[in-house]
Amino acid sequence: MTVTAQRPIPAVPLQGTRSIRRRSLRETRTSFLVTFFAVVLIAGFLSPLLRSFALSFQTPEQVSQVGAPLWPASPLTFTFNGRDYPVYKVPINGVTREMALVKKGRTESKFVDPTNAGAGLITWQGGWRTLEPALTFAPTFDNYISVWSLLNYPRLLFNTAAIALIGLIGTVISCTLVAYGFARFRFPGRGFLFLILISTIFLPAAVTLIPTYTIFVKLGWVGTWLPLLVPTFFANAYDVFLLRQYLLTIPREMDEAAAIDGAGPLRTLISVIVPQAWPVIIAVAIFHLVYSWNDFFAPLIYLSTKPDLQTLAVGLATFSANRSAQEPGLIQAGTLMTLIVPVILFLIFQRVFMRGVVITGVEK
Amino acid sequence: MIALRRRRMSRLAWHEARSGLLFLSPWIIGFLAFTLIPVIATLVFTFTNITLSQDAPLRFVGLDNYLALFRDPQVWVSLLVAFKFAAISLPVAVILPFAVALLLNSRSLRGSALFRVLFFMPYVVPFVAGILIWSQMLNSDTGWINGLLGLVGIQGPDWLNDAGWVYPGLVIIGVWGIGGGIIVNQAGLKGIPTELYDAARIDGAGWWGQLRHVTLPMMSPVIFYTLVLGVVEVLQYFLVPLVLNQGTGEPGGATRFYNLYLYKTFFAFQEMSYGATLAWLLFLITLAFTGILFWSARYWVYYAGESSSS
Repeated sequence: MTVTAQRPIPAVPLQGTRSIRRRSLRETRTSFLVTFFAVVLIAGFLSPLLRSFALSFQTPEQVSQVGAPLWPASPLTFTFNGRDYPVYKVPINGVTREMALVKKGRTESKFVDPTNAGAGLITWQGGWRTLEPALTFAPTFDNYISVWSLLNYPRLLFNTAAIALIGLIGTVISCTLVAYGFARFRFPGRGFLFLILISTIFLPAAVTLIPTYTIFVKLGWVGTWLPLLVPTFFANAYDVFLLRQYLLTIPREMDEAAAIDGAGPLRTLISVIVPQAWPVIIAVAIFHLVYSWNDFFAPLIYLSTKPDLQTLAVGLATFSANRSAQEPGLIQAGTLMTLIVPVILFLIFQRVFMRGVVITGVEK
Repeated sequence: MIALRRRRMSRLAWHEARSGLLFLSPWIIGFLAFTLIPVIATLVFTFTNITLSQDAPLRFVGLDNYLALFRDPQVWVSLLVAFKFAAISLPVAVILPFAVALLLNSRSLRGSALFRVLFFMPYVVPFVAGILIWSQMLNSDTGWINGLLGLVGIQGPDWLNDAGWVYPGLVIIGVWGIGGGIIVNQAGLKGIPTELYDAARIDGAGWWGQLRHVTLPMMSPVIFYTLVLGVVEVLQYFLVPLVLNQGTGEPGGATRFYNLYLYKTFFAFQEMSYGATLAWLLFLITLAFTGILFWSARYWVYYAGESSSS
């Protein structure tokens, strides 16, 4: 709302444009400030990831050293006359030069300039202990190599992926069938059953845990993947809800045409509904992959006796609990190797993913 | 007519009902096997003396488990821990996603689609990974948070090892979980008709006035939803302390959450009946809190579809 527009006297054209310009200048400034604030916020929000990434490439020596830089670094050395000498930052005549310390002394030391080694030794007055060592960018891959075997990474990766994929098949099939039943058929008690389905979301897991676990013990399933896989074939509230909401938006005309052609309900589902529902089926699949990949409690309680069948999430927790806190580089490497798959999946499918969150979160 | 139709469904309708129930059957079987029967079994267990190792003969003990519950100081201590943590973490879990969604929805923000993706991304990070990354950040000597506080001259606390600071520390660890809430809040904000803002502006409302008189009332259903889910979740909270310090309750018992006690009663001490009693108490407390929320909703949650008189 501009002030000039409301003035009773006719506005001079020049005055009008100036005020618009002033206004757009103010908007640009607000826009810059808001965007800058968001940049600062997101930098803080994601900085732990950067920190973890940097640590994973650092040697234990650097991690334990006070005042070491954030980036992976190792002390620079220079080979002079067949021997390695550490390089220091030496202030000479107000300029700091990086020079290799050849002969240490209490009050004066002898250095050599790596860029001009032929010039011979340079004597510098002062205590060499006060000098700062010169560092070079030196990422180490040792942490990743060690974690690969210490964490039993290939095995756990296979377990995690296999459990996620088998569960994905179960979830997609069972939830599609159930959602189709809710979306397309009329029968007494449908509304009530749907209400029960949704209310299971709010049921604390602890209330069903003890009998369920006991039954799985009695069946001899504890220590196998079955307690993690079998329930996925019996549908879950979130995914059924998501699928049903989508199926309701698909027009019924094509179902009816198929029915007139003599197709039964299952035939109609497979040849008419599923081809139109791919976006939401993919969303459910991605949701399940990420959920299963990140699940901690179920693999913890059902696979704790079988480390060879365990998933990455639990394996990582056990690994970090057994390591001393002096090895953050190792732990962060393992952490990044665990989170890389869901993060990449999300970045590829981010639209599908976030739309799914909106549907399950808002429409309920 | 209606009575007639009810008594005898037409063959077509019966056929349709049969197909529908057939498609529902995976969920109905799953619901009976993994939800309804276990819930009832849990209730039955509370009146018995079952242990997982089963050395004593099974017998009904009446209300003994419930009496033991009331006499068990650990129950009340751990409930208090859960309530204290809820009091600190719930406001953050509700307000933070709302505030970030407001920022993302601001017309002044450039590149809001990219920010949206970046704010949501940590939501998919496995929570064990999130814990290990954030406990690095919260380290009292080498962590960046205390480093930043040091820059402005504040001596940061030893977050995760100080009973007075461990709850804020746990809240910080949980901050990567706000992605879902942001998306839900943002969708809610997008659904507010722009006419309402236009009307408010004509009435002379500034940024704050619009937030107070348009955004907040229109967003109250979304806030209500995040609050209910937040209550259910926070009462069950225990996995983060379980991973952080193997469920020892350190520092100084501050992380002896109620659900952790339940977990230990069952898995470490194998006491099924007492564990089931603890689970039922948790269920009842959750029901009570969500019940209070639903009751209070009529005073502060505004549903645009309903008239205010009803």
